[in-house]
Amino acid sequence: MTENPSPMRSDRFGAFGGRYVPETLIRALDELNDAYDQARGDTEFQAHLSTLLADFAGRPTPLYHARRLGEAVGHGALYLKREDLNHTGAHKINNTLGQALLALKMGKQRIIAETGAGQHGVATATACALFDLDCVVYMGEEDVDRQALNVYRMELLGAEVRPVGSGTRTLKDATNEAIRDWVTNVETTHYIIGSVVGPDPFPRMVRDFQSVIGREARAQLLEVLGQLPAAVVACVGGGSNAIGIFHDFIEDEEVQLIGVEAGGAGLETGQHSASLAAGMPGVLHGSLSYLLQDPDGQVAPAHSISAGLDYPGVGPEHSFLKDTQRAQYSFVTDDAALDAFHQLSELEGIIPALESAHAVAHVIKHGSEYDGPLLVCLSGRGDKDVAHVARIEGRGSLL
Amino acid sequence: MSDISISAAFEACRANGQSALIPYITAGYPTRTSTVQVLDALANHGADVIELGIPFSDPLADGPTIQKSSFVSLENGTTVEGVLEDLRVFRKHSDIPIVLFTYLNPVLRYGLTSFLADAEAAGASGLLMTDLPSGSDPELESEVITSPLDLIRLVAPTTPLNRVPGVASGGSGFLYYISRTGVTGTRSKLRDELEGELTSIKSAVGMPVAVGFGISTGEQAAAAGAVADGVVVGSALIQTLERGGVAEASQFLTSLRLALDRPS
Repeated sequence: MTENPSPMRSDRFGAFGGRYVPETLIRALDELNDAYDQARGDTEFQAHLSTLLADFAGRPTPLYHARRLGEAVGHGALYLKREDLNHTGAHKINNTLGQALLALKMGKQRIIAETGAGQHGVATATACALFDLDCVVYMGEEDVDRQALNVYRMELLGAEVRPVGSGTRTLKDATNEAIRDWVTNVETTHYIIGSVVGPDPFPRMVRDFQSVIGREARAQLLEVLGQLPAAVVACVGGGSNAIGIFHDFIEDEEVQLIGVEAGGAGLETGQHSASLAAGMPGVLHGSLSYLLQDPDGQVAPAHSISAGLDYPGVGPEHSFLKDTQRAQYSFVTDDAALDAFHQLSELEGIIPALESAHAVAHVIKHGSEYDGPLLVCLSGRGDKDVAHVARIEGRGSLL
Repeated sequence: MSDISISAAFEACRANGQSALIPYITAGYPTRTSTVQVLDALANHGADVIELGIPFSDPLADGPTIQKSSFVSLENGTTVEGVLEDLRVFRKHSDIPIVLFTYLNPVLRYGLTSFLADAEAAGASGLLMTDLPSGSDPELESEVITSPLDLIRLVAPTTPLNRVPGVASGGSGFLYYISRTGVTGTRSKLRDELEGELTSIKSAVGMPVAVGFGISTGEQAAAAGAVADGVVVGSALIQTLERGGVAEASQFLTSLRLALDRPS
């Protein structure tokens, strides 16, 4: 460590973050860091990425005035940032296109990724098809069963999906297995991590790729209303869509930033994924951040109705924003998210991802308390969740 | 702490023209109460230093064998406190040096300062944390370095040679060379480059170098031991424990000892 690291090179957000990984990965993280720093200032790289985001992913995504939901909630200026309209159905593509370009730049021909619900896996497989890269996606066996359609989708795109049967057989264990693969094949392989988690430089790199969400939304709101929102609301699992929409508002101190975690069956039941609300700082997957764990430092199983939020950790920058009180974090239960899933579908004709439904649920419950425009990140669409919800509601025989 | 330091154990091996044999086991495996018995067997069948694993729920540097032993151990109810208690019992009748092998989070949750003090009081000689690479957390690292426990550092084939002296300077006892990129686990063959890599690492640092990851037969141990000051065997040993209990594990360790000591 140098005595006076420049802010750009710092691997931490306050005390959080860092690089708690096996020695074998250090050189790869250094190389990634250098490649990324170079790409940030490389106009050709940035122009290539912008073109792909526009022509391939479909950006900019619309800012939509949700009048009927606003009326139901008692709030007249409710705006949805429509990340669900991106190619592949969620914000994940913003990150995978950026990282796949970076892999090409580093000369890595093989890509690995972890996925929970399958959204990041699909977005990674898509970027790999586009750039002709080999792609292996790790997915917990339980999620492979819950999201069979996304497994097939990844295979259609040419990726190999490897089910992970260890531990809790969900996103956490898929991430362990992806890291094990990376440790083994680090010289040929780039790991496209799907959220603002993992060792430095991943949390700030993924944030930067996702910050296009907030940059667009801020400009769009200013154009439509001529004012900034009172609050920006987003769901938080690892927290990439939230950091993406928050980032350009961090300096606007009058704008409240609200992250909504998955409260599962309720915090008191222990069946939830609310790391910031109920966890303690700890180290998992290479960084120090709030973490659900038992008194002996073993990672506690997470639970959420939404596979994408079913993760016991959270991005280190969120831990920093929580402790510095720049952002506030709340949570909603599975039932509230399910109710929001239905309400948005019926009132606006938009079926949201169950992850995004958590942000909507917060607005349904607390929307009337905000004085001023509300900006909600609708991070993904709900097509992937339709079969899951039908099963939960006893309509599985329809499918 | 043990009366015999890790350095002294390596020195004794060197004086005898031997390479140190360093078996790894997961505490609380195969049963919660088997740890001391297994440690005794290792001590009586040729171990010079023992790595005792404190299980973690997410062992991302470990392959399937040690993942499984860790999960079984946790299901058996193993805790950090319980492992230190096992060590205390073992220490009453053996002075072979013990390195505690674990991940950072159980130690952080226990409290680093208390952990270092309690581990030393229980008789540990060293500490190895796979997810605390050199330079990742200077404050935390320096607390371990200034404690009576040896901080065991790891060097990988991907570690640039100019980083090696810095990594080694924070550590003591021995330097652990990871034989290949990857997680722990058995392999049928050692890499051809290993000998050359070990020779350059040894000339770059002023402490014993042990090699581990993927060493599972007497032949491999002998080949590694011909260049390294010590040889770590983990997954293959756990597999013998799983198959044939303490008796088969003891036999296996004896065979490794014989292979290491056979004049080449």
